[in-house]
Amino acid sequence: MLAAMTLLLACQLAGESLTRLLQLPVPGPVFGMIFLLVLLVLRRSTLALVEPTADTLLANLILMYVPACVGLMAHLETLEAEWLPIAVAVAASTLLTLVVTALVFRWVSGRAVRGKLPA
Amino acid sequence: MIGEELWVYLRQSPLLWLTVTLVAYMVGYGIYTRSGKQAWANPLLLSVGIVIAILLATGTPYDTYFEGAQFVHFLLGPVTVALAVPLFRNLAQVRQALGPIVIALVTGSLTAIVSGVGIAWLLDADRQTVLSLAPKSITTPVAMGVAEEIGGLPSLTAVLVVLTGTLGSVIALPLFRLLRVRDSAAQGFALGLTAHGIGTARAFTVDDLAGSFAGLAMGLNALVTAIFVPLLLPLLS
Repeated sequence: MLAAMTLLLACQLAGESLTRLLQLPVPGPVFGMIFLLVLLVLRRSTLALVEPTADTLLANLILMYVPACVGLMAHLETLEAEWLPIAVAVAASTLLTLVVTALVFRWVSGRAVRGKLPA
Repeated sequence: MIGEELWVYLRQSPLLWLTVTLVAYMVGYGIYTRSGKQAWANPLLLSVGIVIAILLATGTPYDTYFEGAQFVHFLLGPVTVALAVPLFRNLAQVRQALGPIVIALVTGSLTAIVSGVGIAWLLDADRQTVLSLAPKSITTPVAMGVAEEIGGLPSLTAVLVVLTGTLGSVIALPLFRLLRVRDSAAQGFALGLTAHGIGTARAFTVDDLAGSFAGLAMGLNALVTAIFVPLLLPLLS
């Protein structure tokens, strides 16, 4: 577990450094994820090392969003001023994005399965 | 009074608020499991609701709470890195779905940006509010950077990102049932693209494959939205 945690943090550290050095708009942990993926592809044995810890963390991913979401309470006044356009825009746009993305994904993979498009 | 002194110590200590966060999550998740994983018993909404109720009842400011909760918050970094593990396990399916991934990524990302900005503009929202809405579907650090770059309000964007993520994670599964989208890959990809990490967390309650596609969609959408929004800006304003 300690080795796995160290590896995860080291990947994140490498990712944070890279994104700052290159001044990219990508968050450091996303690069960290790519680093770990490359490591897993190159050395399959890494999987046994990180898998239990990674799965435990991911099984409780919701917990890690609790502190940030509680932050909503500190911004209630900002929301009050323009609550109507904000509520409608967020709700309608979220609904639309979910529908469009899921249906396009299904449509394209359906075509790919039937051999009309390269997968 | 000794009780009062104890309370004065506890309410300032990170230990109390860290414990409250963990207990609220366990209660919230417990209700979700006991309900038979019903959509109304959203575990994130329940946990957040419990914590906010306790903070309001005790008159505790968010900053004091965050002193303790930051230890949990910090784990967001390593857990994002850990997404590589399910992604690696499902690499074969991801490779097979490259076509759907690229096409759904571009259409979904544009839908999120244009519909959010367009609706707020039609409803006569303040210009700064309209701009702050553009990156609402992507993960907070990138969204705040994008908002700053185009003249939005980063702190407002952070709130909109959380609202979008929470709402997306609540409505997604009932919506997929309605649309008869049963493929885990499609469900996960839509959740991660629309509702970033919060949606990814929800996708993992479906299965490992949905979680992997959600994590992938979250990362990719952060990247393309950061590119699309500044390019679309002349059209948006």
